[in-house]
Amino acid sequence: MTAVSNAPVSFERELPSGRAGLRQALSAEWTKFWSVRSTPWSLFALIVATIGLGALSTNALHGQPFAFPDPTRRILVGFNLGQFAIGVLGVMFISAEYGTGQIRSTLSAMPRRPVVVAAKAIVMGGVSLVVGEILSFVTFFMGSAILAGTQSHVSIGDSGVMRVLVESGIYLALMGLIGLGLATILRNTAGSIATFAGLVLILTLLLSAMPASIINAVSRYLPANIGATVFAVSTPGRLQGTPVFSSQVGLVILALYALVLLCGGCILMIRRDT
Amino acid sequence: MIKARGLTKRFGDVVAVNDLSFDVEPGRVTGFLGPNGSGKTTTMSMIMGLDRPTSGSVTIFDQHYRDLRWPLREVGGLLEARAIHPGRSARSHLWSLAQYNDIAKSRVDEVLEIVGLSAVSRKRVGKFSLGMGQRLGIAAALLGDPAVVLLDEPVNGLDPEGIRWMRTLCKSLAGEGRTVFISSHMMAEMALTADQLVVIGQGRLIAEMPVADFVARSSTQSFRVRVASSESFPDAVQKAGGTALVEVDGTMTISGMDAQAIGDLALSLGVAVYELTALASLEDAFMELTGGSVEFGAAR
Ligand SMILES: Nc1ncnc2c1ncn2[C@@H]1O[C@H](COP(=O)(O)OP(=O)(O)OP(=O)(O)O)[C@@H](O)[C@H]1O
Ligand SMILES: [Mg+2]
Repeated sequence: MTAVSNAPVSFERELPSGRAGLRQALSAEWTKFWSVRSTPWSLFALIVATIGLGALSTNALHGQPFAFPDPTRRILVGFNLGQFAIGVLGVMFISAEYGTGQIRSTLSAMPRRPVVVAAKAIVMGGVSLVVGEILSFVTFFMGSAILAGTQSHVSIGDSGVMRVLVESGIYLALMGLIGLGLATILRNTAGSIATFAGLVLILTLLLSAMPASIINAVSRYLPANIGATVFAVSTPGRLQGTPVFSSQVGLVILALYALVLLCGGCILMIRRDT
Repeated sequence: MIKARGLTKRFGDVVAVNDLSFDVEPGRVTGFLGPNGSGKTTTMSMIMGLDRPTSGSVTIFDQHYRDLRWPLREVGGLLEARAIHPGRSARSHLWSLAQYNDIAKSRVDEVLEIVGLSAVSRKRVGKFSLGMGQRLGIAAALLGDPAVVLLDEPVNGLDPEGIRWMRTLCKSLAGEGRTVFISSHMMAEMALTADQLVVIGQGRLIAEMPVADFVARSSTQSFRVRVASSESFPDAVQKAGGTALVEVDGTMTISGMDAQAIGDLALSLGVAVYELTALASLEDAFMELTGGSVEFGAAR
């Protein structure tokens, strides 16, 4: 007879080599992005805003006896509204995790906060860039079809049009990342959406009440004005009299905003309790 | 194996966990006991790297949670409050966690089966009952087949069948050599499930010992006693150094004497004993130990 051992069984298991990192985080965040209802709703709102508003405002030009200056901007007018839908999507991608406690599950699966934020930013930025590009081209083709044969007709080969279409998608993606970054810092859905709206709308209003010297110095840094240079076929350094950056410089500034917000959010996440 | 050393957590003026040191060994179930607000959840959160200790440290097999290579394959945690987006299905929730740690999709179905949620796996979690939500949390804890299992109030919301299932599960996990650490309010349940106890009050360690010792240490071990004629019995108990409370139905609750002394006393009085039952005394031991440190107790 063999002696029965009382020694406790030890639990031994091989772990895979390496460690959980960005690749795993990307697939997990991709699943999370598409498995909540707020995603299709926000994208639906974005489509309605861009294509719907674009169709309405373009149609209004139809039959006008004059040539509308820069019809591309008129066709893409819905992007000014659409940026709020993409901002909300970016905000919700992380604020909903804080609101529901899901973030605790997420951080127990991936305790390295920067990896979580990076994965969310790549998924959010990637999806909104693709959606933004598709929408800018689809909206434009729809609009130019409506305007065909009128005095305001416009074609994709016209000077500056291609640039506007490509950059509009980029603008939308960056606004989505700014929403994500704000919510990483603020954690709260309502507060983040309000701040996002404030950044786009209220800052512009506030600034308009300032002396001209301040307006001239500051307004070129506002997201709304950067957007205005992106959507315009040509802005030779000035927008309604105030100096602005070229749209490319503007987009780089916008990208820096997003980066600063996301990095700030990461640092706070590392320091804060969850 | 979990090691806490001088673990301290302050929230403003509140010291939620105060210089706490304890070990949780593999191969047995360690119960984590303490009154409301004593710091159990805060301690669990610090083990999982969700709350940062103000000072001190806690490690899992000598690693901080944030340094684990495959966190869910090493530690499975059930957190107190639901930590799940209500808009997702149970399956999507588990699948996203699995993806974070390269865990196979088949394992998602396995754990859903283990906790009995297969039939509702495509339902939105927001529609789940308290007990179903708890089961989903347990499924998430088991997802990575981890060596360390941390469960904060796992029987919360479970029905009697669920509680028994939980007990069996914890024991079998420990039997496989895993480290099992569970917090609970239910002392009687703990007596049946745990081998070892860590007891805290107001964030401080009160006791760390085997369950059996914990019960034995209680000086208020009491017995329910029914005798043929009880008139003179309480006085005799008093004289023998014990205390007897006579209930309306004529039974007595006697403490301060052991079973043998009560039996001998009855014999010396020539009274027949109909019942002599030891009362579950883990609760008593617990109350006695933590009596001075109850934060939100009823006024007495
Ligand atoms: N985020 C927080 N901010 C401020 N105080 C907190 C926070 N979390 C916990 N506390 C306080 O810390 C103390 C310990 O709370 P904790 O939730 O850890 O207790 P517990 O033992 O889990 O209680 P219960 O048995 O009720 O679950 C309590 O006084 C609580 O009010
Ligand atoms: Mg608790």
